[in-house]
Amino acid sequence: MNRLRALLAPFLGLLFVVLLFSVLAPESFPTLYNFRTVSTQTVVVGLGAIGMSFVIMSGGIDLSVGSVIALSSVAAAAALNAGWSAAAAILAAILTGAICGLVNGLLIARLRIMPFIATLGMMGIARGTAKRITGGQKIDAPASWLPDLVSKSSADAWLGLPPGLWILLALAALMAGVLRRTPFGLHVVAIGSNEATARLCGVNVPGTLTRVYALNGAFAGLAGAMLFGRLSVGEPTAAVGLELDIIAACVIGGASLSGGEGGMLGAMIGAFLMAFLANGMNLAQVENYWQEILIGAIIVAAVALDRWRHRRG
Amino acid sequence: MSGAPRLRMRGVSKAFGGVQALRGVGLEAAAGEVHALVGENGAGKSTLMKMLSGALRPDEGEMQLDGAAYAPSGPAEARARGVAMIYQELTLAPHLTVAENVYLGREPRRGLLLDRAAMREGVRRAMELLARVDVRPDARVADLGPGQRQLVEVARALAGRAQLLVMDEPTSSLARDDVGRLFAAVRRLKAEGVTVVYISHFLEEVREIADRYTVLRDGETVARGEVSACSDADLIRAMVGRELEEAYPRVPHRAGDPILELQELAGRGGLRGDLPRSVSLSLRRGEIFGIAGLVGAGRTELLRAVRGLDPIRSGSVRLCCVPPPLLGLLSEDRKQEGLALSLSVADNITLSRLGPLTRWGWLDRRAQTAATVQRAQELGIKITSAQQTTGALSGGNQQKVALARLLHEEAEVLLLDEPTRGVDVGSKAEIYRLIGTLAAAGKAVLMVSSYLPELLGVCDRIAVMHRGVLGAARNASEWSEESLLKAATRGEAA
Repeated sequence: MNRLRALLAPFLGLLFVVLLFSVLAPESFPTLYNFRTVSTQTVVVGLGAIGMSFVIMSGGIDLSVGSVIALSSVAAAAALNAGWSAAAAILAAILTGAICGLVNGLLIARLRIMPFIATLGMMGIARGTAKRITGGQKIDAPASWLPDLVSKSSADAWLGLPPGLWILLALAALMAGVLRRTPFGLHVVAIGSNEATARLCGVNVPGTLTRVYALNGAFAGLAGAMLFGRLSVGEPTAAVGLELDIIAACVIGGASLSGGEGGMLGAMIGAFLMAFLANGMNLAQVENYWQEILIGAIIVAAVALDRWRHRRG
Repeated sequence: MSGAPRLRMRGVSKAFGGVQALRGVGLEAAAGEVHALVGENGAGKSTLMKMLSGALRPDEGEMQLDGAAYAPSGPAEARARGVAMIYQELTLAPHLTVAENVYLGREPRRGLLLDRAAMREGVRRAMELLARVDVRPDARVADLGPGQRQLVEVARALAGRAQLLVMDEPTSSLARDDVGRLFAAVRRLKAEGVTVVYISHFLEEVREIADRYTVLRDGETVARGEVSACSDADLIRAMVGRELEEAYPRVPHRAGDPILELQELAGRGGLRGDLPRSVSLSLRRGEIFGIAGLVGAGRTELLRAVRGLDPIRSGSVRLCCVPPPLLGLLSEDRKQEGLALSLSVADNITLSRLGPLTRWGWLDRRAQTAATVQRAQELGIKITSAQQTTGALSGGNQQKVALARLLHEEAEVLLLDEPTRGVDVGSKAEIYRLIGTLAAAGKAVLMVSSYLPELLGVCDRIAVMHRGVLGAARNASEWSEESLLKAATRGEAA
């Protein structure tokens, strides 16, 4: 009940944004085509936010996901170039991300490096590796069905929406279950809430944290595959700063950077809120800089609202 | 196994570097026995406890449970052997529910998923045993009061079918009636045949709940026996190794002119933002004024409002003189609020007034050290250097550092919140003497405490706080523990 109440404000915010632009741009905004456009933009951030929710719930942060997404998109392109199937290319991207995440996790859990620092390092390493592989250029890849997953055309859609969106929603539902209904999920929240207690209760804290970051890396990898699908090229300089959008989605959805609080539904609402806002302002021909100012203000307002709600108890 | 005690520790020793923390300690407790482990801070109680939990291994000696060797490798094994710990600081995850906390680390599963029904049922059974069905399994721990949280810890031990329960100062954060409920729970456990090792500073508690006792001093067992066959003086002598001339040394002091006047003060503190509700009092120089009351009655909130940390709703705080005297607050929560434990003693003492210790805006380290050494001597703080890390000091010395800060601030009105919490018997007496000395020097002391003997022993006047309202002040000699308790639980009218 408490958790649902915390989602009320972000949800009303999302509703407000959708209604507002439906009025401001009635021709172009409330259409199925536009909804598919927004969906393809949200898939990458949304997938990232699934993994990031686990990281933030555990009381950590991962600054490397933007770079890892770019590296994974390059990996997917390289795999297709090597003649692999689209499914194998997706797996290659996921594996690439998971390895980056695993390294983050080992640095954080075993060497006890602060998450901020460890992932800041990985941010540079992954970005540099992506550029090294491609020689700094974007790389083309032979045609496959991978871009269809995030296609805006109705021919590729499942039930009117891009397949990638359905994949995102299904994975979000699955991982929400993992977070709330499995011992692993409970251990993640417990570590974020009070790490000393978790240790005392015999929770394998290093093991759990390692898995959290590897999981986050895997989701960044899948997001990278989707990014490749959207761009149809492996782009080593893409997704710069995307980690901040992903973190913002989690925070708007009620996650607390001090750990223990947040959830999958909130993160999804946060991701869609930002995507609809950006899209609606484009269609309503609002200058780009207003978008940045407004999204910044929304992040601060979301957290301020949350603090205020906490104080009121 | 017949005849073997539930717990037997023999010749247990442990050294950290060059420091011998435990030296050949022995302890024996039978099934269904409540065994008190007493000793001053640093006597080795927590080291002993860490061995039982598996956090540390003894260098020498052996431990047995029901006659079988016991050498746990960590918390998981200790728990598997039926040994549960309840630590002084509550060890709950605030964002999780009661049931999640109780089963954290050994969750019942159904396939890959948590078996929430079994968790709820287990908690309900444990709470029934504790006669606390008001604690719901699905409540978030953050929403519970301190007494209920303590019971969640007990429920955690119960749900793990603990045969040996080690409780470290379990009442230090509890109000009087919660203590009563906790003791009732301990008695039920005892009736079930559970052995409880009860670590406490409070001798009345030991007397009330324990069957037998063991006293540790400087890492050695110095006394043991039946609680009913020894006096408090015996126990104190064993703990401190000397006669404590006086538990409450009195320094003569005389009340002077009023320095602080509160009129119908109401603040915005506390969980609901309405504490205190109505407080009127007049505090004079050279006076020690005590405030009794239950935890949550608004005593801490009163001190915070007077100090200006929480906003005031209505009423007034009036200070005498121009310029007005400074107010200094000693926090009840030394670790979180009172001290920056990772900073040096010098930094902690001088933090409140760095101005006089600077030259051209630069901190003069030599002046800072000199000021620190002077305060340390005044207050009898045992430090090796001014740059020593505050967290490395004992509880009593840390508390003196916090008091030294008030003196460095040159505060004339001292607001002391639980000034002897987590402080051992010997240091308590020193702190009482210090409070008396400060009053004799003309400072005014407003002191909040949950420990009634201390209020009666130290204060000149005492008033009782009940649900945010402060009752009439009377001379300490006109109060007794019973009358204070009555006023605290029922209010002045009763």
